[in-house]
Amino acid sequence: MIKKLTPVIEWGTLLLTTGTVCFFLVAILWDLVSKGAPSLSWEFVSSIPREGMTKGGILPAITGTILLTLITAAAAVPFGVSCAVYLNEYATDSALNRLIRASIRNLAGVPSIIYGLFGLALFVQALQMGTSLLAAGLTLGLLSLPYIITTTEEALRRIPASTREGALAIGATQFESIRDVVMPSALPGILTGVVLSLSRAAGETAPILFTGVAFYINSPTGSLNQEFMALPYHLYMLSTQHHAIEEVRPLAYSTALVLIIVVFLLNLTAFYIRYKHSKK
Amino acid sequence: MTDHPTKLSAHSVNLWFGNKHVLKDVSVTFPRNQITALIGPSGCGKSTLLRCFNRMHDLSPDARITGEFLLDNQNLYDHGISVTQVRRRVGMVFQRANPFPKSIYENINYGLKINHIPKTERQGIIENALKESYIWDEVKDELQKPATRLSGGQQQRLCIARTVALRPEVILMDEPCSALDPLSTLKIEELIVKLKKDYTIVIVTHNMQQAQRIADKTIFMYLGEVVEAGDTKALFEHPQQEMTANYVRGRFG
Ligand SMILES: Nc1ncnc2c1ncn2[C@@H]1O[C@H](COP(=O)(O)OP(=O)(O)OP(=O)(O)O)[C@@H](O)[C@H]1O
Ligand SMILES: [Mg+2]
Repeated sequence: MIKKLTPVIEWGTLLLTTGTVCFFLVAILWDLVSKGAPSLSWEFVSSIPREGMTKGGILPAITGTILLTLITAAAAVPFGVSCAVYLNEYATDSALNRLIRASIRNLAGVPSIIYGLFGLALFVQALQMGTSLLAAGLTLGLLSLPYIITTTEEALRRIPASTREGALAIGATQFESIRDVVMPSALPGILTGVVLSLSRAAGETAPILFTGVAFYINSPTGSLNQEFMALPYHLYMLSTQHHAIEEVRPLAYSTALVLIIVVFLLNLTAFYIRYKHSKK
Repeated sequence: MTDHPTKLSAHSVNLWFGNKHVLKDVSVTFPRNQITALIGPSGCGKSTLLRCFNRMHDLSPDARITGEFLLDNQNLYDHGISVTQVRRRVGMVFQRANPFPKSIYENINYGLKINHIPKTERQGIIENALKESYIWDEVKDELQKPATRLSGGQQQRLCIARTVALRPEVILMDEPCSALDPLSTLKIEELIVKLKKDYTIVIVTHNMQQAQRIADKTIFMYLGEVVEAGDTKALFEHPQQEMTANYVRGRFG
């Protein structure tokens, strides 16, 4: 009897937990779509806010978030990936390297507001960038680094030694084997990690709060040394700080929906690159 | 075996991984244009010995090697000789086929590229290497296909093609057939026998029949030491050591 029941219980538990997770996911999405879709229009994503945010669109916030993410990527990806390659391919198992690794893991757990304060001190003040797109992008870059390093390292570790040895055995140098064989094999894993880190960064509010985000900018074009609007911050303002909260509630939902869509598009790009890669 | 001078040899080699003494005073010789089989129970150090000859241990910081490795009387670990040069002269085929994540064509072209072989010669070399490895007929119409789509046996022959394309002097093979079915195994054995007129071949195998089918010389290792080495026929039919006799007759441990 018990023997017969065990698989049923196992299945039930799995089904229940999976179901719970999926339920909340669907519930959130449903809530967003049902409340945000009605006021979502071409005008909403293509015009600047008017009349104290109660009318018009969120174009500056969209372009702001996209540019911000690009700067974050430009700052964090080259350093993060190189660092992971060094740690996984070249670094020996010395005490110093273990310390570096542990520090990177710990950095991933630092609250994002701390990064905001650090960015304020370093980029905005010490390096005199002022509150600007560049300062905020670099701050988010710092925030993403530990994630990118860790996930890239994981992706590299999954490549078996025999793959590296195959290249070495035909006379490739260690650098050539990494560049031409290891990296292409690890690319899908690296890309997944990078996109997840960037999606997370794109949705952050705290690190950009002190470093460059603004409540209202009347032009969609961001320049590196100016303040900018960003979707998560706009959302935060609309839903908690606005003088007519009830009136702008639908706009807040639409903003949230747009943010989700931007992140989704980012993931889709990665998916597409992985797909192209797997066909090769 | 007098008509086959020594091509590759190791003299009084000791190897440690950390504190673990894996190769103990090993001396072996491999005759030119002959196939030599390395046999012995699992963990006796066959792969470890094989990998010394193309300096695959260079990247493992905990490996310590003493002794001498000679290729045509040149010390493979000399300061004046570059490790990539050694690996080009001493090629290696691995236990699990490990094609690069590239097309069939690129798998061979890549080695030519990094070894600076002029572009104009590559096409011919690639075709030749594929023919030499008896895989040309199976892949000639789909050279741009990813190598990972080939069957295991085809992949292994591609890896052999990739190795012979560089015209090494010695080819080391670490259980090249252990992941293959009997038919692919026979094909690769045939290939190995044909390759011996141009190359000196060292093959690690657990398959006693395979050793007897293809090897001219056989070396039996046990716990990091060479127990017996000699003509394959003699070693299998009239082993000098009791341990060898037990092992080759499958009465072991
Ligand atoms: N990188 C390494 N670090 C530490 N010990 C190792 C390493 N590689 C091999 N060894 C040890 O060296 C010994 C010999 O290993 P080796 O792989 O040479 O055996 P083998 O004869 O090829 O065995 P098999 O027939 O199973 O392939 C084993 O005891 C193994 O545990
Ligand atoms: Mg082995």
